[in-house]
Amino acid sequence: MSEKRLYGLAAIFDTPEKVVAAARAVAGRGFTKYDSYSSYPIHGLDSAMRLKRTRIPFVTLVAGLSGAVLLVLFTWWTNSVDFPLAIGGKPYFAWPDYVPLMFEMTVLFGAVSTVIALLVVWLKLPRNSHPLHDTEFMKKVSKDKFGICIESDDPGFNETETRRFLEDLGAESVDSVYDEPVDISLKQKVLDPKFIAAIVVVAVVSSATTYLALNKMLLIRPWSSLNAQFKVNPESRSRFYSDGIGMRPPVTGTVARGHLPDPITVSDNLAAAEKYLVNPVLPSPHVMEVGQRDFNTYCSPCHGYFADGNSRLQGQFPSPPSLHTDSLRLAPDGLYYNVITNGFQGVMPSYARQIPRKERWAIVWYIRALQKAQNPNGPEAK
Amino acid sequence: MSRSEQIDASKLKGVPTSYSSVGWSLLIIGVVLMLVAFAINVKHASFSLIMTLTYVATIGTGALFWVGTEYVSSAVWSTVLRRPFEFMAGVIPFLFILVFPLLFNLHSIFAWTHKSLFATDPTMLVRAPYLNIPFFIIRTILVIGVWCLFYFLIVRNSKLQDTTRDQRLTKRNVNLSAGFMPVFAITLTLFTVDWLMSLAPDWTSTVFAVYVFAGAALGAMAFGTLLIVKLNEKDRFPVKLTPDHYYNLGAFLFAFINFWAYIAFSQFMLQWYGNLKEETSWYIPRMHGSWAVVSIVLALAEFLIPFFMLVSRAAKLNPRRLVFVSVWLLVAHAIDIYWLTMPEYSSSRAVFGLGEIAFLFLSAGIVLAVFAWKAKKNNMVPIGDPKLERGLEFHL
Repeated sequence: MSEKRLYGLAAIFDTPEKVVAAARAVAGRGFTKYDSYSSYPIHGLDSAMRLKRTRIPFVTLVAGLSGAVLLVLFTWWTNSVDFPLAIGGKPYFAWPDYVPLMFEMTVLFGAVSTVIALLVVWLKLPRNSHPLHDTEFMKKVSKDKFGICIESDDPGFNETETRRFLEDLGAESVDSVYDEPVDISLKQKVLDPKFIAAIVVVAVVSSATTYLALNKMLLIRPWSSLNAQFKVNPESRSRFYSDGIGMRPPVTGTVARGHLPDPITVSDNLAAAEKYLVNPVLPSPHVMEVGQRDFNTYCSPCHGYFADGNSRLQGQFPSPPSLHTDSLRLAPDGLYYNVITNGFQGVMPSYARQIPRKERWAIVWYIRALQKAQNPNGPEAK
Repeated sequence: MSRSEQIDASKLKGVPTSYSSVGWSLLIIGVVLMLVAFAINVKHASFSLIMTLTYVATIGTGALFWVGTEYVSSAVWSTVLRRPFEFMAGVIPFLFILVFPLLFNLHSIFAWTHKSLFATDPTMLVRAPYLNIPFFIIRTILVIGVWCLFYFLIVRNSKLQDTTRDQRLTKRNVNLSAGFMPVFAITLTLFTVDWLMSLAPDWTSTVFAVYVFAGAALGAMAFGTLLIVKLNEKDRFPVKLTPDHYYNLGAFLFAFINFWAYIAFSQFMLQWYGNLKEETSWYIPRMHGSWAVVSIVLALAEFLIPFFMLVSRAAKLNPRRLVFVSVWLLVAHAIDIYWLTMPEYSSSRAVFGLGEIAFLFLSAGIVLAVFAWKAKKNNMVPIGDPKLERGLEFHL
């Protein structure tokens, strides 16, 4: 234990006007290590004390801006990088969403860091008390009095002279305040059985209440209302539909997105195929590429690369006819589609399993292109 | 020090002649340009005149709002600064002149004047009883009339106090101002809905009038700060203002920069997030092409850049910084009104022509010329106000 040390002289004043005048006089005498105390802000006290500008606003600014930046980084990483989640049809990095959070984090970081910075400056952390704490002086200035305390560290400080100086300024009372450092031994306190017992009790009580609240209380009315919604849960019977099926079958005639229906099932009905089938696929460079790829894969072995029947399997299989005859050139698209789908008179097999519908129509476009290339002046070229 | 020692009687009336001459030159150039613009393209020029009307109306009513706030809150520090705001509010009667040419021209400005719009759109049919020309004209005249009424009453009492020194006049003005606050909220809403929001008749936003109010209060405070700080630095203000007065003006500017941004962003975020056709239709043109550039410039000019220009305490005490930020914010307020109005004229790309230049000249000319004219006739400081003495000794 160290002995008492004089911290300073604390003077009490009656009115705000007196403390402002006193502060002006104290500053005028050249004191720098002193402070004024009041339970509310007094207009004009700052300039009377000739306070230097504090650097705490910079702490607030830097902390506030870092709060905003950290929030942006956090939301960007969680929402766009680590677990991209489309919410409300918005882009992954939907910055307007983050602005309210940025504002909140700016305020939070700014406010908390300001308080910490004030504690650091005023209490000189890690010290957690101030010599003026728990003194009569502090009790008075927290209620209806105003005070000035000049610290003994000030170069112009002299106990008797300064006391007389403060009394001359109209102080109601001047008290000596002593600094009494208390030796805190951490070891003893932590291992105190009372302390340990308190921690155990807090842990048991808090975990028990948390468990009961989340697992028991929420299942009792009225908190259980969220569990009892008017909707069909999986594997349960619908009370709304008479057949009890919650997940309704689609309306007859519903077409799935991207699905190309086969308008008529033509087996051997070439007349129907020719009459009704129209190529639903619009020509484009991509469609022509698909048609060429499929034609070269599936058709060219027999029909040849140019659909003229002159193929690399000639002589091993029945030779197909050239597709460049007048009758075939004038034949409708439906005929080609039907033949690819169903085969031809037992000679050509069905390619329905190998080639999806859209690609069959692409092949038809490619055949048309081959025909036009061979007969640039044909009647259908118009 | 007594009151008479602190007030320099020789400076009570009038401002440097340059205020008047600059104001009148700007005004005359603005009128000529506006007439030429009308001769070239009536619709474009009408939109420019709407911008001028909005600018002058926001500065004038914003100033009257600050006068009313001074009375209602019994503020002491601002009593010494109240008169410049009363002079600025002097533009309010001239709104009748600005609005006059527009009232004959509604059909070429507003889409809702076309009956075909109501025929095709059922949601517009609901608005037909409100959006029609006779009711529109009645509302406009009523709104400006109410503003004039409160302006004349409040300013008359304030002027009367200079000679009679009757303290009851302050009480009467407090009551008038307390009545003016809700009336102002309603009339400004009507004005903004009529003249700005109905340019896009299918769009609604419930916070729109608050947005315009934020701009009005900010614009009026910026113009007031500019004039007060300029006059005081040139030693033409009848009393010596303390740095603490400057600090409060700067703090108000800073507060309303943030308020404006808060409201502007609230409106944007809710409509952007809701993503409903009837709400986003207003923002879509403003978020694409050259209007997107104007939107970004507006956000920087009216919030981000002035925020950092004013954030420190030293900045709010620095007269040169205050003058610079005030001029900056007055320009930003013009960009704000341009951004509110002109996309409804040309939604595909930003336009800047003779009409916009006329808008800038005319708006600046009117507010400056009227200020100089009012300052010549009246005392720059309310010498009869009982709160004046405490206002002169104001310290933070």
